[in-house]
Amino acid sequence: MHLPQTEAELAEHIRATKEPLAICGGGTRGVTVDGARLGTSGLSGITLYEPGAMTVVAQAGTPVAEIEHALAAENQRLAFEPMDHRALMGTDGAPTIGGVMAANVSGPRRISVGAARDFLLGVRYVDGMGQAIKNGGRVMKNVTGYDLVKLMAGAHGTLGVLSEVSLKVLPCPETQATLVLHGLDDTAAIAALARALGSPFEVSAAAHDPAAGETLLRLEGFAQSVKYRAEQLTALLGGEITLEENKPERWVAWRDVDAFAGAQGDVWRVSCKPSDGPGLAATSGATAVLYDWAGGLIWLRTPAGHDLRAALGTYDGHATLVRGEGHPRFQPEAAGVARITAGLRAQFDPRGVLNAGLMG
Amino acid sequence: MEMPAPNPAVLARKARVVSRLSAVLASDAVIHDERETRAYECDALTAYRCPPMVAVLPSTTEEVSAVLRICFEEGVPVVPRGSGTSLAGGALPTADCVILGVARMNDVIETDYDNRFIRVQTGRTNLSVTGAVEEDGFFYAPDPSSQLACAIAGNIAMNSGGAHCLKYGVTTNNLMGVKMVMMDGEIVEIGGAHLDAGGLDLLGLICGSEGQLGVVTEATLRILHKPEGARPVLMGFDDNEVAGACVSDIIKAGVLPVAIEFMDRPCIEATEAFAHAGYPMCEALLIVEVEGSDAEIDHQLDLIMEIARRHNPVELRQSKSAEESAAIWLGRKSAFGAMGQINDYMCLDGTIPVSSLPHVLRRIGELSKEYGLKVGNVFHAGDGNMHPLILFDANKPGDLELCEAMGADILRLCVEVGGCLTGEHGVGIEKRDLMHVQYAPLDLEAQMAVKDVFDPHWLLNPAKVFPLDASDARRQFPIAAE
Repeated sequence: MHLPQTEAELAEHIRATKEPLAICGGGTRGVTVDGARLGTSGLSGITLYEPGAMTVVAQAGTPVAEIEHALAAENQRLAFEPMDHRALMGTDGAPTIGGVMAANVSGPRRISVGAARDFLLGVRYVDGMGQAIKNGGRVMKNVTGYDLVKLMAGAHGTLGVLSEVSLKVLPCPETQATLVLHGLDDTAAIAALARALGSPFEVSAAAHDPAAGETLLRLEGFAQSVKYRAEQLTALLGGEITLEENKPERWVAWRDVDAFAGAQGDVWRVSCKPSDGPGLAATSGATAVLYDWAGGLIWLRTPAGHDLRAALGTYDGHATLVRGEGHPRFQPEAAGVARITAGLRAQFDPRGVLNAGLMG
Repeated sequence: MEMPAPNPAVLARKARVVSRLSAVLASDAVIHDERETRAYECDALTAYRCPPMVAVLPSTTEEVSAVLRICFEEGVPVVPRGSGTSLAGGALPTADCVILGVARMNDVIETDYDNRFIRVQTGRTNLSVTGAVEEDGFFYAPDPSSQLACAIAGNIAMNSGGAHCLKYGVTTNNLMGVKMVMMDGEIVEIGGAHLDAGGLDLLGLICGSEGQLGVVTEATLRILHKPEGARPVLMGFDDNEVAGACVSDIIKAGVLPVAIEFMDRPCIEATEAFAHAGYPMCEALLIVEVEGSDAEIDHQLDLIMEIARRHNPVELRQSKSAEESAAIWLGRKSAFGAMGQINDYMCLDGTIPVSSLPHVLRRIGELSKEYGLKVGNVFHAGDGNMHPLILFDANKPGDLELCEAMGADILRLCVEVGGCLTGEHGVGIEKRDLMHVQYAPLDLEAQMAVKDVFDPHWLLNPAKVFPLDASDARRQFPIAAE
């Protein structure tokens, strides 16, 4: 694997390449692309951290753990809660911040604070011609020109290889607690989560685990406020509810989809309208299901090779094959959007050398 | 501010273009009489005016598609227009353009509280989106100060923010899906009622693209339940630097207010004279607002005031009621009007890292002396989005140019300290020629290459955002003379 140590080396390598490149951060998400491996882990280190401005700038290959460690020292965090794919994918290596951003990896807190892309303030990247480009910056609000920052988040390296990212960070809450609702079927659970999110009692995660018969609502903030909201939500929702205080490890396991780690079969991730979740899950042919984002994100485990997209048919949303083979990783796009996507790739990477074949 | 000369070949086609547009739109939806097109000659950047060749007011996505198809075939530039409240000249016409106004498209298409979204036509005003759901306890979070008038279409085009975006984000963080018409008339749908639209983040790209990539006719927007309540605390300081440090300490302490607003002495004085809000006369004033139940609010305000006391405030006034809250907000909300009473003003919009606040305020003070123009500062301090208001006299020859030169110096300063030219108003024509300050030629080229994909002939709002010299070659789409 080629590991450039500077952005200039990265640019030179891409400019000179005669063959397709497979871009790799920590290699923890198990993405396989044909091509010569190009890693970003040589581009590492936090270049600026201003806790009072809630911003951190890091080279793209910086391990997520290093950033989280630096933030924790100032009682701050990456609020979008990026998942660690290693257990689910059976990989090792260290997740990098560039990989997280390129794949727009967001965890359970996405429903309350936003996705990874919402925290990305600026990027530097090298496009498919080997040109180093910057967009955005390190300030919270920026509408100067087109937002290529968002475009890079979730482009999975197909438009450019990130070399540096600027992020917004948030303070850690004083405390957290989880309300556990027991014995609800999927439809009742998603309805209860919708009622909670449709209340003023800010919820930072809303999940349902059918196998465990548990429906989860996470509350974060000042202790007094968490206690108050827990009481209000308990009264609002009714039924059998227990309160679990300060058990963040439950949410780490949930974030990383530990329930599917080690189990056989393919793993899919479906983004949908929350109230459609139970119906979709029922027709999916899945052997196990987890609901996150109040039902708007469904993790499904299916027999290997199962065509989940065919089973689901048409709905408001899309499916990603996270683990498994035999189907495209990403949902094929409608013709109009596909033309735009192809047009953008032709502009940013006219030779088609960056993660070719990954995104259609 | 230079604008490209109108294309004589386009002007020569006016009669045919009008006739073709009239064939696809209601008779009162095509405006081509020179007295009537004057209504569209400018937006809120009123220093620049130019009536368009034609203005159209379609009522449906299909009509927008038909209009764009005709303009595409005829090679006519199109300037999309929401409500015309842009402070950056985003909706400024050229004499050879068709203004495409979405004002007649203001329906609510779908409201869904279980899934917390609303789908609207984009001519609907920002405030009336909240108006459609507030009886049921919900609201749409982005709240630009023009929210009574501004349209969702313009909010998407400019990625509008507002006073409360410290907590709730700006338009791009609250937009879930769009129906958009491309310049050639093709209708595309991106995203929907689900989070994180699939594929490339085209929603993120469209948001803030200033009407240059397509015309968004429908939007799916995230709605939230209103908090139980909100109350501010007002604090005054003897020194800008101390106020800046206080902002930083509040953020570091883990309290996340919904708004932190800052006003400096010139602005406080003007506001007091105008609105009599009872503000203390001091160098810097902060308004910090938090949300929650009464007890939650009290707890957060106590924490914030404890931090403030460490910075020796000259005034500390905690709101205990809706009336007291209104009194605290009164001055801030009348700040622009107050400055407007003194003179004409130009409102800037640069963003800076919060840590650079004292330095930037000091430099703005120095520039004010150098140029001999008064400046008041009122801005969103939590996110570093500054709004220096430069006072000038539009009737005095040369004053506008002097004011623009000073504005450009302030924006250069913002970029110098690690910030940007515009935080929420957009580039439009106002900051167009300063883009070189923030971006190298290759960086601009990457952005223009995006427009090439969506609008290969550069007909949509072509003379905005990019410096004219940088976009010149792209804007020369040849059309045959009649």
